Amino acid sequence: MADLTTDFLGIKSPNPFWLASAPPTDKEYNVRRAFEAGWGGVVWKTLGMEGPPVVNVNGPRYGVIHGADRRVLGLNNIELITDRDLQTNLDEITRVKRDWPDRAMIVSIMVPCEEQAWKDILPKVEATGADGIELNFGCPHGMSERGMGAAVGQVPEYIEMVTRWCKQYYSKPVIVKLTPNITDIRKPAEAARRGGADAVSLINTINSIVSVDLDTMSPHPSIDGKGTHGGYCGPAVKPIALSMVSEIARAPATAGMPISGIGGVTTWRDAAEYITMGCGNVQVCTAAMTYGFKIVQEMISGLSEWMDEKGHTSIDDFMGAAVPNTTDWQYLNLNYIAKAQINQEDCISCGRCYAACEDTSHQAIAMSEDRTFTVIEEECVACNLCVEVCPVENCITMVEMDAGTVDPRTGKVVEDTYANWTTHPNNPSATAAE
Amino acid sequence: MADRVFEPGVTAGRLDPAAYEAHFSDLHPPLDKHEAVVAADRCYFCHDAPCITACPTDIDIPLFIRQIATGTPDAAAKTILSQNIMGGMCARVCPTEQLCEEACVREMAEGKPVLIGQLQRYATDHLQVQGVHPFVRAEPTGKRVAVVGAGPAGLSAAHRLAMLGHDVVVYDAKPKAGGLNEYGIATYKTPDGFAQGEVDWLLKIGGITVETGRALGADLSLEGLRAKFDAVFLGMGLGGVNALGVEGADKDGVLDAVDFIAELRQASDVASVPVGRDVVVIGGGMTAIDAAVQSKLLGALNVTLVYRRGRDAMNASVFEQDLAASKGVRIVTHATPKAVHGNGSVREIEFDYVGDDMMPTGQTLRLAADQVFKAIGQTLEGDALPDLEGRKIAVDTNGRTSVKGVWAGGDCASGGDDLTVTAVAEGRDAAMDIHADLSGSV
Repeated sequence: MADLTTDFLGIKSPNPFWLASAPPTDKEYNVRRAFEAGWGGVVWKTLGMEGPPVVNVNGPRYGVIHGADRRVLGLNNIELITDRDLQTNLDEITRVKRDWPDRAMIVSIMVPCEEQAWKDILPKVEATGADGIELNFGCPHGMSERGMGAAVGQVPEYIEMVTRWCKQYYSKPVIVKLTPNITDIRKPAEAARRGGADAVSLINTINSIVSVDLDTMSPHPSIDGKGTHGGYCGPAVKPIALSMVSEIARAPATAGMPISGIGGVTTWRDAAEYITMGCGNVQVCTAAMTYGFKIVQEMISGLSEWMDEKGHTSIDDFMGAAVPNTTDWQYLNLNYIAKAQINQEDCISCGRCYAACEDTSHQAIAMSEDRTFTVIEEECVACNLCVEVCPVENCITMVEMDAGTVDPRTGKVVEDTYANWTTHPNNPSATAAE
Repeated sequence: MADRVFEPGVTAGRLDPAAYEAHFSDLHPPLDKHEAVVAADRCYFCHDAPCITACPTDIDIPLFIRQIATGTPDAAAKTILSQNIMGGMCARVCPTEQLCEEACVREMAEGKPVLIGQLQRYATDHLQVQGVHPFVRAEPTGKRVAVVGAGPAGLSAAHRLAMLGHDVVVYDAKPKAGGLNEYGIATYKTPDGFAQGEVDWLLKIGGITVETGRALGADLSLEGLRAKFDAVFLGMGLGGVNALGVEGADKDGVLDAVDFIAELRQASDVASVPVGRDVVVIGGGMTAIDAAVQSKLLGALNVTLVYRRGRDAMNASVFEQDLAASKGVRIVTHATPKAVHGNGSVREIEFDYVGDDMMPTGQTLRLAADQVFKAIGQTLEGDALPDLEGRKIAVDTNGRTSVKGVWAGGDCASGGDDLTVTAVAEGRDAAMDIHADLSGSV
């Protein structure tokens, strides 16, 4: 069995699966259960400054986008940071870390953007024996209206400033958690690095309203007839998060910076993908909130199985393996030509490929009287829509045309040379108008 | 097990009272909302869907299923009912495994079609239990149409004609409207008075008068109807039953399966319907299966269904055959009746085993029988009818007969399978043609 042990910023954990700072990590009881179930680490639910804790709403905090059979595709929440007393949390963190020394224990923190506030809380957190801290610059709802969370994460200068304070008043690793509610994720990541952050974690949740109740005309979740935007997470956000992770992994200013990947990790496969995109580990929340802590067992076995199959003996073997293959559009090879191919033996004649292509794409699929569907190569641009709407996996595939053959669509010979946007002879706007 | 199970002869009350309720309750319990949404989600929304092609009434199945999936079952019901006004009954009695569900691409892909029949029932029930009738009549045309037979074909025609603004009088020989829906279908397929409920709901369109106890050939003649009405639709089904034609066929206890099924349907208490300890049903269609299964459900100890050809030639679907087998009905194939034995009442029935050429092989079979139910086909009754094709009224694709101003559809007319859904389609299409004719557009 592959070794899943991860060393992230010097923090060891038996596997790369950490629970993200969120309701599942709000207290000792949950965290002990999580460790018993096998989670490699937790980021404790965000602590606020000393004094009376925040007050949460007492109505619904969650809203969901459901798929078939009420499968949770996206989860939206309007919960604030921990609403329990600071000292209670600190005492619990101390006890749990003492009893589970082999698991990663990170403490999430969100206090006002004042040096004193950080100076006050950091020694207390340090005293718990936790392995590191994560700065919550991400929560998009509630706390951001008080100048914290995403309100900090949207201003790179604040990120840099607070990170610097943390590095000054805290001796262990500092992870900066980024908000996706910005236009360019590289800017806050660069700011974190300038401030001395040891790593970034991303993404926090995305501004969202999951639905409107058409009877009450209130957004859901509704508190006494009113709703507000919450933070969106779960499987639906994975593509957004993975793209943001790739931006940071690729950008020269942030390349090589350790990343903890967050956003819709639901299975071992999602985790493997984040790791190939440069993450040292992943953080999970929605999957646990949907299925309970036991799902980590599938994640562990699945990742291990896949690594054995591929001959990877450690996480480092494939960490970042997809980063070199993630590029800008302008570098894609325009001389690569493929055509859809329908395997008639697998085809169930549903006609979805036909409807999609005929109505919305290139009219490149023919339908016969007896419902046989065939590709019209003269029209096919290999867009992949038929592949994606076909209910039968691998029934339709994209087959690369050999060099030297003629593309029936263009009448041109397929070249075996690489030619991108900037060099391809057929592209009149090869140079951007700047 | 109640003591009376082994009692010989024909008797009622063979089972414990509770058993009857269980045996004659809904064969397929309705889907609840969540089940319906999950089942609906399996639909691929195929392009030019094969299930639509397979449906004799051309219901837009992918559309109605998507309407269920998106939480609008009443819209789904309207999609169904606009094509098939008896969509509720068809959802219960259609051999979907030979029609829409056989054509479903999921059947091809994984052997598990989308539950089209049950989803159709979910949608139509959802609308009908509210008592909502979603169609309104057009402005009156002043035209009057007679419909003979208040079965699926006749009521379908009547509804469509009434909706188009014509006044319709429906005549039926039986005391209740509904035809085979009311008299000819197994009790467990349409429990709780569904058939009458559907008729009442259908008639809410208005403009339809139903006169029961009136049959063609008794106090009605085709000539008289032609004189009195602007058009006539014949949808009286097949009132006669083929004879057995063997020695002893007139003995007591040799009965028509359709009468047995009707008796059960009309019984206020199924436990009061007597059944033999040993029952033999002759035939291979839905009627034979319905009679055999219900004999078993009434407590008959031994029920044998005997068919002259192989199982693959049966009109009854594989599902129906399997249902019968699961209820304990023994299915004997390649055997034809040779003689009925008994002293006044049937005691035994003797069969010849036959080859594919229907010729006796010399091997015979004798089965004990307190009752023999004949289900070997029904025949058209009456004379002074339009020209026939074979043993049915000849019609063209629009349901027109050889007589001007007279249309026909359903089991009494040529063409199409003898199915409820086919009868509904034929009644509907004939109505459209009658309308075109009366509107002078043809």
